[in-house]
Amino acid sequence: MRKNRWFLFTAIILVLSMVLTACGGGSDDASKNTLVLTDKSEPPNLDSAKSTDQVSFQILTNALEGLMRLDKNQKPVPGIAESYKLSSDKLTYTFHLRDAKWSDGKAVTAQDFEYAWKRALNPKTASQYAYILEPVKNAMEYNAGTAKPEDVGVKALDEKTLQVTLKAPSPYFLELTAFATFMPQRQDIVEKYGDKFALEAANMVYNGPFSIDKWEHGVSVHMVKNNHYWDSKNVKLANAEVKFLKEESTRVNLYKTNKIDFTEITKDFADAFKSSPERTVLKESSAWYIEFNQREGFFKNKKLRQAIELAIDKQTLTNQILKTGSVAAGGLVPPDIHANVNEKFRDVSKAPVMYDPKKAKQLWEEGLKEEGLTSSVKIELVGDDTTNSKDQMEYVSDQLQKNLGLKITISPVTFKERLQRGKDGNFQMLFSGWGADYNDAMSYLDIFTTGQSYNRGKWSNAEYDALIKKSKNNPDFEARVQDLIKAEKILIDDQGIAPLYYRTRLSLLKPYVKGAIWNTTWGFYDFKGASVDGK
Amino acid sequence: MAKYTLKRFGLMLLTLFIITTVTFFLVRMLPGTPLANEEKLPAEIRDQILTQYGLKDPLYIQYFKFMGNLVQGDLGMSLSQSGRSVNELLSDRIGPSAIIGFQGILIGIVVGLLLGIAAALKRGTWVDSLASATAVFGVSIPNFVLAGLLSYWIGVKFALLPPALWGGYEFTILPSLALSVYVIAQVSRYIRTEMVEVLDQDYIRTAKAKGLAWRKIVTNHALRNAMIPAVTVLGPLTVNILTGSLVVENIFGIPGVGNLFVESIMVNDYTTVLGTTIFYSVLFLGVTFIVDVLYGIIDPRIRISGVKE
Repeated sequence: MRKNRWFLFTAIILVLSMVLTACGGGSDDASKNTLVLTDKSEPPNLDSAKSTDQVSFQILTNALEGLMRLDKNQKPVPGIAESYKLSSDKLTYTFHLRDAKWSDGKAVTAQDFEYAWKRALNPKTASQYAYILEPVKNAMEYNAGTAKPEDVGVKALDEKTLQVTLKAPSPYFLELTAFATFMPQRQDIVEKYGDKFALEAANMVYNGPFSIDKWEHGVSVHMVKNNHYWDSKNVKLANAEVKFLKEESTRVNLYKTNKIDFTEITKDFADAFKSSPERTVLKESSAWYIEFNQREGFFKNKKLRQAIELAIDKQTLTNQILKTGSVAAGGLVPPDIHANVNEKFRDVSKAPVMYDPKKAKQLWEEGLKEEGLTSSVKIELVGDDTTNSKDQMEYVSDQLQKNLGLKITISPVTFKERLQRGKDGNFQMLFSGWGADYNDAMSYLDIFTTGQSYNRGKWSNAEYDALIKKSKNNPDFEARVQDLIKAEKILIDDQGIAPLYYRTRLSLLKPYVKGAIWNTTWGFYDFKGASVDGK
Repeated sequence: MAKYTLKRFGLMLLTLFIITTVTFFLVRMLPGTPLANEEKLPAEIRDQILTQYGLKDPLYIQYFKFMGNLVQGDLGMSLSQSGRSVNELLSDRIGPSAIIGFQGILIGIVVGLLLGIAAALKRGTWVDSLASATAVFGVSIPNFVLAGLLSYWIGVKFALLPPALWGGYEFTILPSLALSVYVIAQVSRYIRTEMVEVLDQDYIRTAKAKGLAWRKIVTNHALRNAMIPAVTVLGPLTVNILTGSLVVENIFGIPGVGNLFVESIMVNDYTTVLGTTIFYSVLFLGVTFIVDVLYGIIDPRIRISGVKE
């Protein structure tokens, strides 16, 4: 029987040795001066003309640089352009480029910009973000195939001078030049690699604070400080890495074990880190609201629309249901949208959050009487079928039941179906949201003009339409802001929509990460000036 | 035998054809399109991009085009990662999946074997009970739960191994362990049952009477005979590892085929979803085919009834 014991013993040793040999390695102190971020998935490609996702935007903003760069207040500061001149009619920008170099030592030229913008607009490129170049004269026409490339309002006058002609005066164009689609590209590199351009780290060149030295597909993008960058003396990090991990619990585990410095979290982990100073709110430019179908009948009555708005307690919705720092809304334009160089739109025009169940009930009954209806009326609320969205819809329905005695049918549908039903007007109340394409109130207010496809409830107001139309061509930017403020007031006073909240996201960020700038419009970090001292 | 094998092979191709066809039409029912920001894209640009992707053709034309390419071994271009072919994406991702899959099976067989033998030799003692408990645990705990537990306890609490990520050998251990537990459970139960039966056989008694060393009896006589039927369970187990890796790869952030599959579904990358499905089907069907043929060799009764059919 001794032999048997031997057998068992060897078995245990074998298993143990397998586990223990593995414990050896794992230490990794190559370079402490590295910022490690995470994202859910890897960029489909890093071709700045084609990118559509936040992961790509984040990497491109740190590896490339456009004419401008955004500072910590999200204001444009000179990037590759050292200075610019704006014509008195506010239609022509002349950018003067500084002596900047690509990572292969060649100069960054005005032609690189002209080439990149026209390439994004070229219908053959099939860029899904080309429409962001809309302020440039004839950009959309070329993109749709009705204008020639030479008609597009971007022209390299010489190696160091770029002239941009706009189709209308635009207070936000300068900011846009910091965005990925506006970044320069090298024709020789794009043509050399063809279909494979920007699919691997070696298949592209960089003119930003960092250059990518390793792109391990499905794993991470690793960047090193780019010594050819014109402002490299202000780049503190030696390395930066973005790791791709889908599972939230995995990301949190890695964060806890100091393998990563940043991860976004959902409300599932919001409570677990409730008192942690490392829990950080990430601002977004995103507004959520209820749209009322005003094509016919019921919600044509303003009192009924108002009653709905007044019956929903938005504070509780954001604090108890959303839990990710979102802010209860009284208007459409989110808090981080600028009004002018110094002020935010929301600071210039306050929009108080409305909640008054008593008045709601009164308006509701008056409205019903006017429409000749009884309180047994049934209403459907359509929204997305995600857990998050369903929770919110249930809360809203609960509030309306409690405060108005209204019975709501909740219809959670797929994203595609929600779009379709919105388009067809096949809803009574629709749970909708909008994220800005550029940092200006126009990005939001434009969608509720008459006939716009995102105005799904078909709310219509002639004065509003006139104000928006005027603002699109108004060279007096101060008057323009006043018009937009007036327009938003009309939309809210007439209850064209019922604002719910301005969305934000949650994240965990290590306290030693300093100086990284969060881009509120597109939602990513610019870590040009970031440091990780004391990591 | 040749006829039987041929028939099995034909059935395999037919199954593959049906899977491909059904998947082709099913992915199109996913909500949305492969376009990233569909909602904001101007309609004419949207149409133009879809035309470039070949998604504007009537569905049946797309289907025939796809099948035509498939026969030539070309799975098409990825829709979400423009410029990369699905073949390329797959070949990038096979390595990590193969490593953890292979290690999972290896650990599972070695440990399962030892556990099974120990249990059979120590029938009715605590060793046997421990082995049974392990088996029940291994079969009933889904591997994604186990993966989460391993990642948290070994990776975070005790910090013995990396809780996730991919980099060196140490990163492969936890995922392999997570995958192996089911294999351990199955193999140990199988081996135990067979061993118990074999150990009661006359030839074991003869060997004992002959004065052979007990260790020799176990390894040369008992184990060898017990393993023959156990081999057949390997087919289904390989398949189990394949499906398990879908979730396990995600939990550990491993850049494998499972991860690619999940990703491609999320972004409506039709061709990649199809490509990975076909890849999994071929593996699944291949293993089933080999096991079928092996069954035929090991047990002639299966072959004969198969032919009569």
